[in-house]
Amino acid sequence: MGFLAATGRAFLIFLEATGKLAMFTGAALSHCLRPPFYPRQILRQMVDIGYYSLPVVGLTALFTGMVLALQSYSGFSRFQAEGAIATVVALSVTRELGPVLGGLMVAGRIGAAMAAEIGTMRVTEQIDALSTLSTNPFKYLIAPRLIAGLTMLPLLVLVADIIGVFGGFLVGVYRLDFNPASYIGRTWEFLEPVDVISGLVKAAVFGFMVSLMGCYHGYHSRGGAQGVGAATTNAVVSASILILVWNYLITGIFFSTK
Amino acid sequence: MSESMSQVPPAHPPKIALKNVHKAFGPKVVLNGIDLEVGRGESLVVIGGSGTGKSVMLKCILGLLSPDSGSIRVDGDETTKLRPREREKLLHKFGMLFQGAALFDSLKVWENVAFGLIQGEHMPRAKAKDIAIAKMGAVGLGPEVGELFPSELSGGMQKRVGLARAIADEPEIIFFDEPTTGLDPIMADVINELIVKCVKDLGATAVTITHDMASARKIADRVAMIYQGRIIWTGHANDIDNSGNPYVDQFVHGRGEGPIQMQVRAL
Repeated sequence: MGFLAATGRAFLIFLEATGKLAMFTGAALSHCLRPPFYPRQILRQMVDIGYYSLPVVGLTALFTGMVLALQSYSGFSRFQAEGAIATVVALSVTRELGPVLGGLMVAGRIGAAMAAEIGTMRVTEQIDALSTLSTNPFKYLIAPRLIAGLTMLPLLVLVADIIGVFGGFLVGVYRLDFNPASYIGRTWEFLEPVDVISGLVKAAVFGFMVSLMGCYHGYHSRGGAQGVGAATTNAVVSASILILVWNYLITGIFFSTK
Repeated sequence: MSESMSQVPPAHPPKIALKNVHKAFGPKVVLNGIDLEVGRGESLVVIGGSGTGKSVMLKCILGLLSPDSGSIRVDGDETTKLRPREREKLLHKFGMLFQGAALFDSLKVWENVAFGLIQGEHMPRAKAKDIAIAKMGAVGLGPEVGELFPSELSGGMQKRVGLARAIADEPEIIFFDEPTTGLDPIMADVINELIVKCVKDLGATAVTITHDMASARKIADRVAMIYQGRIIWTGHANDIDNSGNPYVDQFVHGRGEGPIQMQVRAL
């Protein structure tokens, strides 16, 4: 009986957490669509997520593209397929590595910061203070972050795509002695709009997930410094896992041929 | 002020009236049938030990927590079942000074003070800034402080800014949550003086929760004592030294011995 009770209790806790998250998401989304809006807050979050994440996402993309070219060369040269390297780099970066690695880096940078900031505001009663000043915390704190995450990550990933392909180009031309013109030609030849678009759709979903997890865990944090620390960890871990799961699901929607 | 009270007979209902309010967190009962009335323009101080439910009571009145049962009326209108938008409107009547000041640390001091005016009442920023600087003057802060961030201020200055923010949009009711906690005795007295002055200038109704008796004596018109989630005594501020209630007596004189036994271990 003890075993059954423990299983049941764990299941109930899981259901409760799922329901709580669903209600939080629903409330947050409805506040994203209804006025009043806080353009100042939205802009601040956009700059934070979009502009200040550029260096870290750019570096990630650059080295990913470079290592991809290097690895494919050493692998493909075994069966004389070096010509496919440019295509492989372009497809991998736009479809998978740009959005996923970009999303994970942003989860570490932005998700953690959001959870820590909102969590601290919770434990120092700043969120209660917002309410007493007739300002809805969902509208003022959470909606701007969700909107910024949803819109800025696709832009970031677009930049990452370009930098990633450029990284492959650098290695291809300066290290592996490809002809620059033919490398670029190969890159374009097999790249289709859906490759880039699927990556950007992923990025939008990932951006939303990162903001949602940061806000959710921050908003429900309690118990001082330790609670805020736990909220930060949970935000990054849950955002990362959701990114990987949704990456699979979206890939299935776009590219499943059977 | 004209009253349109169809359901309440008296011409002047109490500003705030709590009736049989209960609130529990899981198995832990915090409010166990609170009955309390605060008159218009009155300054009530609620005293009581830590963990007796003082803060929870304030949060229930503000709607930050919803009580499990009971009635909370403001100006005679029931508030426990308000929809979010009506609640936002009601909260325009309230100002609150939080225990840790709860200033927004991403905003400058003047933006903190003007927050309710800009976000709540949609006042242009330039005009709100002028009002904020005037309110900061009222609590003894110069305009140069307005350009600083809250983390650059001392605890006492943060409390002053919190007070300026609480009075900025001229609320009818102001709550003070342990206004002197963590301050040295001199700064505590300065804050007490400011509270008395601000409340009088605004003609506002004030509810203060504290366990600092010096503060209670200075601020209060009337004192209520909360113990184990109930109001066990209310009386005029002058009567607290001869209340005839052993619980109040023990608290006021800060004795370890008496009917109130400190719970050292959580049950």
